Amino acid sequence: MSDSGLSLALAQGGIEFKQFVRTRESLVFTLLFPVMLMLIFGSIFSDVIITPPGVSPAVTLSQYFVTGMIASGIMSTGFQNLAITIPIERDRGVLKRYRSTPMPKWIYFAGKILNVAVLALLSIVLLLAVAVAFYDITLPDTGQKWFTFAWVSVLGLTACTLCGIAFSGVAKSGRSGPAVVTPIALILQFTSGVFFEYSDLPPWMQQFAALFPLKWMCQGLRSVFLPADFAAQEVGGSYELGKVALVLGAWCVGGLVLCLLGFRWTTRRDG
Amino acid sequence: MTDEELAISVSGLRKSYRDNQAVAGVDLAVRRGEVFALLGPNGAGKTTTVEILEGFRQRDGGDVSVLGVDPAKAGADWRKRIGIVLQGTGEFDELKVGEVVRHFARFYPNASDPAEVIERVGLSDKANSRTHTLSGGQKRRLDVALGIVNRPELLFLDEPTTGFDPAARREFWDLIRQLSHQGTTILLTTHYLDEAEALADRVGVINRGAMVAVSTPAELGGRHQATARVGWREDGQARFEQTDHPTDAVRRLSERFGGEVPELTVTRPTLEDIYLEMLGEKEEQQ
Repeated sequence: MSDSGLSLALAQGGIEFKQFVRTRESLVFTLLFPVMLMLIFGSIFSDVIITPPGVSPAVTLSQYFVTGMIASGIMSTGFQNLAITIPIERDRGVLKRYRSTPMPKWIYFAGKILNVAVLALLSIVLLLAVAVAFYDITLPDTGQKWFTFAWVSVLGLTACTLCGIAFSGVAKSGRSGPAVVTPIALILQFTSGVFFEYSDLPPWMQQFAALFPLKWMCQGLRSVFLPADFAAQEVGGSYELGKVALVLGAWCVGGLVLCLLGFRWTTRRDG
Repeated sequence: MTDEELAISVSGLRKSYRDNQAVAGVDLAVRRGEVFALLGPNGAGKTTTVEILEGFRQRDGGDVSVLGVDPAKAGADWRKRIGIVLQGTGEFDELKVGEVVRHFARFYPNASDPAEVIERVGLSDKANSRTHTLSGGQKRRLDVALGIVNRPELLFLDEPTTGFDPAARREFWDLIRQLSHQGTTILLTTHYLDEAEALADRVGVINRGAMVAVSTPAELGGRHQATARVGWREDGQARFEQTDHPTDAVRRLSERFGGEVPELTVTRPTLEDIYLEMLGEKEEQQ
């Protein structure tokens, strides 16, 4: 019996997840690498206080950093993961093989999205656990903050996932994927307030980063995990949650359009 | 011949990539139940032709009907009726053979039992192995399993045995023969002339985007009428005679030698000889 769309999508997600967790490289790169970075930089930054003298509660750079790492973890599971693995699958003819079956196209994407959602959840839980255990981050104490945490994560993940799928069309071959994608992720992390405080960056760099989702994901998560008073240290003098929603929403729409325009099932070599 | 008797019917097929005319007016008719082999050198237009038939590529011109449907407009219902074994091996890395076949079976309403399909392609003892541990031949068997899991009326096989060792090829051929006996129409592309000869009811030779000959393997290029070559050794030298009456020639030689003729051979041109001659002539005409 052929399965219904929903169960087919779930099965596709299951296959994707099995494939992912059995591939050690992707497991390490996507889930463990951000944790390692958090531990390394978190330890280096733990004594650096970034609030002005006398302001309480004091915020350390490592606390600032871990919120950025959670945003990076979300970007990693959505953007880097898909932008790298889809071209590999295309090279190997996996996509073409799916196209040779009556499987509706959307099932493939649904499988990817389900897999990404589960991985992002794992990544967030893992990073948050480390952040709470070692860097004095407390879990949100109000429903309002949990709600902000949820929508920033979901909207950010959606934007990154769609951009990852769209970007898979850019890499010429599976082998060139990481070389193209990794620098982009790194540049965004350096300019969006992950490794350095965003408000300390040169204005041109701030303006550059403000065009992309990561900066806004970081800012949204700071509003959840850093004290309300810390908003005064932000460039705009507040966490600008309305703007966060607007920019991430715009990237979701833009990413979707790029997906529809640029996705390729076959390699260029195939014609 | 009516459309119902034809699994594939193509006339005047054309396809260009920029300035390169890859397919320049190919005609092709494959009967239901037939094994048809497409031969041709690399870049001759074989793969382009097959990919148009498989619905992966749009054509520039000509009429194409595959199982009575235009592949350019065909949807999921048509895909349920065909099976495709692509060129090159599909890779599923860390998934197990059984998992992959079961997953693909989900896409079809009339799929065979996955365990039975795995058995048919001879991978039963590998059902729980991860696909990256399979040998080249075994991976290709997995490809075939995915191609036949929906009991297709028509199976495309694109260079199925490239890189096989001789024993694996023989086994693979048996598998294809079985499928054919069960009534599956098969369109095969191959570089191996012996493969075409072993499997195909008819062969078509494509060169420079055009079909230059269609025939049974035995009759391609007038092979069955070609003169035979009788060879032997005499006075320490290899000798031969080109003749339409080889039996006669052997009898005369036998009389001359008073029995055994040293190193006697009687050969007719192989399919490969005929094929190469055909491509060579084509090039001289250019």
